[in-house]
Amino acid sequence: MMPLRERALVSPRSVPSLPKHVRIQYDPVRQAFAVLSPEKVFWPNDISLDILRRCDGRSTVGHIIAELAADYDAEQEAVAADVVAFLQEWSDKLLVKL
Amino acid sequence: MNEPLLPPIGMLAELTHRCPLQCPYCSNPLELLKANRELDTQTWLDLFSQAADLGVLQVHLSGGEPTLRRDLEQLIAGLSARGVYTNLITAGVGIAEGRIEAFAAAGLDHLQLSFQGARPATTDRIGNHKGGHEKKLETARRARAAGLPLTINAPIHRHNIEEVPEFIDLALSLGAERLEIANVQYAGWALTNRDQLMPERAAVDRQAEIVAAARERLTGIMNIDFVPPDYFAIYPKPCMGGWARDAFMVTPDGTVLPCHAAQTIPSLSFERFGTRSLAEIWTDSPAFNAFRGTDWMLEPCRSCERREIDWGGCRCQAMAIAGDAAATDPACVKSPIHARMAMLIDEAQRAAAVSSNDEQFVYRRIGVVTEPA
Repeated sequence: MMPLRERALVSPRSVPSLPKHVRIQYDPVRQAFAVLSPEKVFWPNDISLDILRRCDGRSTVGHIIAELAADYDAEQEAVAADVVAFLQEWSDKLLVKL
Repeated sequence: MNEPLLPPIGMLAELTHRCPLQCPYCSNPLELLKANRELDTQTWLDLFSQAADLGVLQVHLSGGEPTLRRDLEQLIAGLSARGVYTNLITAGVGIAEGRIEAFAAAGLDHLQLSFQGARPATTDRIGNHKGGHEKKLETARRARAAGLPLTINAPIHRHNIEEVPEFIDLALSLGAERLEIANVQYAGWALTNRDQLMPERAAVDRQAEIVAAARERLTGIMNIDFVPPDYFAIYPKPCMGGWARDAFMVTPDGTVLPCHAAQTIPSLSFERFGTRSLAEIWTDSPAFNAFRGTDWMLEPCRSCERREIDWGGCRCQAMAIAGDAAATDPACVKSPIHARMAMLIDEAQRAAAVSSNDEQFVYRRIGVVTEPA
């Protein structure tokens, strides 16, 4: 009766993607990017948007962290903590697939 | 206005009042519109296009039962072409073979399916529709097979509040991403049937514990949205996220409203799409501006630190219970008549104990004109 669904936990080897029912869309009225999902609209900041855009179903979390650390000229460890926490939160809301 | 007017994000489109179910807590008005009052396809498409221009990002297609509109595929396609996120809110009975797949192909983003009970007998009795539960299970399976994400909506009241754990299992077994445990709001038909629907306090407390534990246990597996019952609350809900703040709704004949029950406020008059543009109604309609922002507020709302959290609560509940749409929502502990809520709960328990028989429901039907008690 109960399906065998389990909570996904972020690891450096996870390959995140956006489920079909979640999409990033530019809103010309507010001139900002929105994330549209069932019943909710999110307005991600620039860093969140940079993470979500890299959730393409091909890049690993490790790769995403390395790219962002290079782009933001930041310590990889600090970036890693933020990215992992962000992706875990979005995965827990079922807005990112791991 | 004490804050700039923002464009709306969400719109609820009640495409029709026709429905195969007769739930005694329906949020539709008591005076239901017949099919000949419904907007035609082109008018809905024009309205949706204006909504997208205005900034609407999500449209909830509801009713009545929206799948009774034979043009639903066309309406979804029109919204989808404008990039609007579409959510179909359906009772899930009597949907013809192949249509759910057609909705998905037209670009439907998400489907919300109601269950009146977690047990077949409850679903069939509350909706007054024999075999309804089985048809809903089939709709859920077809939606998942068509690749649509699924929310199960469970409206809660005294006749199904003990089924909350079973609702959670049901939603999981159907592969839903979301479950709404939504305690009935006493407006529309639910206000008429309030005494029959009001749960007991002990059951409400148990429900809150069950939902909190399930949310913890199901983190990352299924989201549970919980709408607690107003009459048992300390603070009111930010109804509609604030009156005319970022959402509105449209009735089957094109009347544009700030919320479901707004027409129960006799001092307000509402405009129909077509006589004015959607942008003009959103911006200038006196009914939309009546309770927008915080300028309209009286004490205790006016100086309350929560005034931009709950926006004074529900105007229609203030009208129904305090007799004044500008009063603080009586659900709020700071309302001078907050104690009235507890009295109404007690009155309902006494009335239900006397009748004991749930056949006392006034079922939702077109043409049954009744006045709320």
